[in-house]
Amino acid sequence: MALENKLSIKDFNFYYGSFQALKRINLHIKVNQIFSIFGPARSGKTTFLKSLNRLTDLTFGSSHTGAILLDGADIFDSTLSLTDLRRRVGMVFDLPIPLPMSIFDNVSYGPRLSGIKQKRRLIEIVEQALRSAVLWDEVKDRLNTSALRLSGGQQQRLCIARTLALGPEVLMLDEPCSGLDPISTTSIEETLTQLKKEYTIILVPHNIQQASRVADRCGFFLNGELIEEGTTYHIFTTPKDKRTEDYVTGRFG
Amino acid sequence: MRINQTRYLTQVIAKIVIWSAAFFTIGVMILILYQILSDGLPILRLRFFIESPRSMGREGGIFSTIIGTVVLTFVAILFATPLGVGTAIFLREYTRESKVSRLIRFGTDCLAGVPSIIFGLFGFVFFVIYLNMGWSILSGGLTLAVMILPTIICTSEEAIKAIPYSFREVSYALGGTKWQTVTRAVLPNSLPGIFTGVILGVGRSIGETAAVILTAGSSLVMPTSLFSPVRTMAIHFYILAREGISMEMAYGTGAALILLVLLVNIIANWLLNRYIRKKA
Repeated sequence: MALENKLSIKDFNFYYGSFQALKRINLHIKVNQIFSIFGPARSGKTTFLKSLNRLTDLTFGSSHTGAILLDGADIFDSTLSLTDLRRRVGMVFDLPIPLPMSIFDNVSYGPRLSGIKQKRRLIEIVEQALRSAVLWDEVKDRLNTSALRLSGGQQQRLCIARTLALGPEVLMLDEPCSGLDPISTTSIEETLTQLKKEYTIILVPHNIQQASRVADRCGFFLNGELIEEGTTYHIFTTPKDKRTEDYVTGRFG
Repeated sequence: MRINQTRYLTQVIAKIVIWSAAFFTIGVMILILYQILSDGLPILRLRFFIESPRSMGREGGIFSTIIGTVVLTFVAILFATPLGVGTAIFLREYTRESKVSRLIRFGTDCLAGVPSIIFGLFGFVFFVIYLNMGWSILSGGLTLAVMILPTIICTSEEAIKAIPYSFREVSYALGGTKWQTVTRAVLPNSLPGIFTGVILGVGRSIGETAAVILTAGSSLVMPTSLFSPVRTMAIHFYILAREGISMEMAYGTGAALILLVLLVNIIANWLLNRYIRKKA
């Protein structure tokens, strides 16, 4: 079965002032798959993710050339609603950043911003999102306590739930397990495997083993370039580029 | 060996200097409080608080001056808080570091250093005479508002600055507009800091004399509207003492003033702690 392209990135260059952070990226990301982006630090992974929902707009002095198409429509189109884009392409950051408010308020933050006021509807959304992020059973009795009291792993799943509550089509996760213990990591990985049935997932893993465990396809980034892209099996067993091979076998990085 | 001895000596001297600095500060504070309260507290009866002054304040209570103080401070805060917080939000969230923001910051820094009598003179010329508001609660309140504005801007800006950038990023990533981000992710978390600035402003307004005497008048008559002149407790104290009307009543007023400031701070602290505890 041929899967459709959710995101198409065409000749995309990105600059912070005069520094070029992304160089001629060409990539298609398909629906219902986990696409994993890995590479050493400062290779442009986070910038790439933030470009996909234009969080890069917040950085003063940044610019780009090329196009990013979401379902065939250019996300840089001036008629496009930026807030809609960010709801459709949700992002989870590398550190869990719960806002200092209750668990319920955190998860319902996005829906409330979009104008949903009905308490009953919000409760539904929050429960659904927390169930999807496998956090519901742990917090269902204390939704009104502060999110800051959750453990690190719970906070990260809360952040995933908070993004899921937006009802996104694409879910981007930037090293979501970097500060977590192996048990929390496993539960988040299981969550992701569940979630890909409904979402398109782009994951920056905190190590390449994680990419090999959960990803359907992988892309290797180095110094702002997409060196190689393919199925996880191919990237890890028969990479075409020497640099990819060196990186996945641990010769550098 | 020698080095160790010098280091030890430095330690001891530093300790002595720091401790005496702290004790000197506390000592001065206790001395002031003792002087005012020991002469003032015996005057304080319920009647002193609820009766209006008679024969220039020689007899009766200080009720109208308490009302004057509270109303004037209230008017000042009412105008200064939205203006100050708004300016702080503009400086932090709506503009980048630029000539304009530097000019505004320089202006507020200068305003903060201007003696209050100058504000009084400005208020007298501008509000009382030019805008024809006369000696009134409104003139006095607006003058105080201008005077405490720098404090509120400065503390609010610091409070907003202290909010991590990541909170804003999260809010934008969840589909927030700039306004939603400011009102829901930034302001609620900087509220304690902003509140502290407002309370500082309240303190300055309650104790101010020079700026008020030129703009709010010094009438002992109970105010009936925003355009009535009033006398605040601080001015009452000043006039009673300065014109030798009654030192006894002056100390009573001083003691009441101290208690009022204390009360405001206790309530403010209580509210602040409750708010912070609710968040954590």
